Amino acid sequence: MKIASGDDVLITYALGSCVGTCIYDRGANIIGLSHILLPNKNAGDNNLYKFADTAIKELVRSMTAKGALVSRMQAKIAGGAQMFTNATIKIGENNQKAVIEQLNKLGIRIIAADLGENYGRTMECHAKDGRVIIKSFNRGLRDI
Amino acid sequence: MAVKKIENLSSYQLDVLREVGNIGAGHAATALATLLSDRVSMSVPKLEIVDIKDAAMVLGGPENPVVGILMTLSEDIKGIIMLVYEEKFLNVVIRTLLGKNIDGLNNLSEMDLSVFMEVGNIMVGTYLNALSELTKLNIGVSPPDICADMAGAVMSYPVSIFGMGGDKVLMIQEHFSGSEQITSHLIMMPENESLEKILRSLGAD
Repeated sequence: MKIASGDDVLITYALGSCVGTCIYDRGANIIGLSHILLPNKNAGDNNLYKFADTAIKELVRSMTAKGALVSRMQAKIAGGAQMFTNATIKIGENNQKAVIEQLNKLGIRIIAADLGENYGRTMECHAKDGRVIIKSFNRGLRDI
Repeated sequence: MAVKKIENLSSYQLDVLREVGNIGAGHAATALATLLSDRVSMSVPKLEIVDIKDAAMVLGGPENPVVGILMTLSEDIKGIIMLVYEEKFLNVVIRTLLGKNIDGLNNLSEMDLSVFMEVGNIMVGTYLNALSELTKLNIGVSPPDICADMAGAVMSYPVSIFGMGGDKVLMIQEHFSGSEQITSHLIMMPENESLEKILRSLGAD
């Protein structure tokens, strides 16, 4: 999890089945990025940043502590692909659902999403204007 | 001894596992050399306990273009085995076996992909045969599944699977290289319970 402001750029590389969530408060010029691996925290695992349900809550909490307001926050999400076709556990899909559910629960609007399919994505988030650029292997660059 | 945490393995046990990897990889290297009619050399196997978020680093960084071939292990040993091929390696494979060149990993044909899967199948098959003979354990293996993408994205599946159980994963890793400095990695990630079985079968529990 990373938080930035000013002209900083946050990057998370090569999201596969993982989901990257970028939350932006334009008014406070604060941007945050979380990269989750799995949908729900299991008891006994203390790594909050690995799971959608705990990581997003933690990101919002930390951003609020720096002066961001939940009512102004907007989210852009990417990833959740299914990299291997025969994989029996649909981790990517479950991750997408868990992230969306958590953002809904917190009342944060999702204004852009680039999810699913079968390819990896690098996510670049700009604190200056909330722009998120998605880089992928054979689809070039895309602004979301 | 129950392997509760892979961080607690003794250095002797790690040596045993490294040697197991070595023997398996020796066979796989021979198979690859026969296939490519080339000399194939093999690194000393690396046994690493890595933080799951750094798993893609061992493959040349998260955005390195690779082809990953994934197989799931069953029966006595459960876990994941993966072959990760870098672009140059794939080119040599296709040139040798199909007599043409590939121009990058973005436009691989179905034929290219099935050749890679078959090469993967052969390498993993020989590796596991050697391992099975050594340990007298039955090892089942699924058909291969393939994906061409950034290393980080390719690794996200095994990383998530192992992420359910903790933050560390044990990777038994080999590099194979031919005369043209081509590299491929064979990575085995056994579940903790299976590690225990391997060690017990070799009297290292």
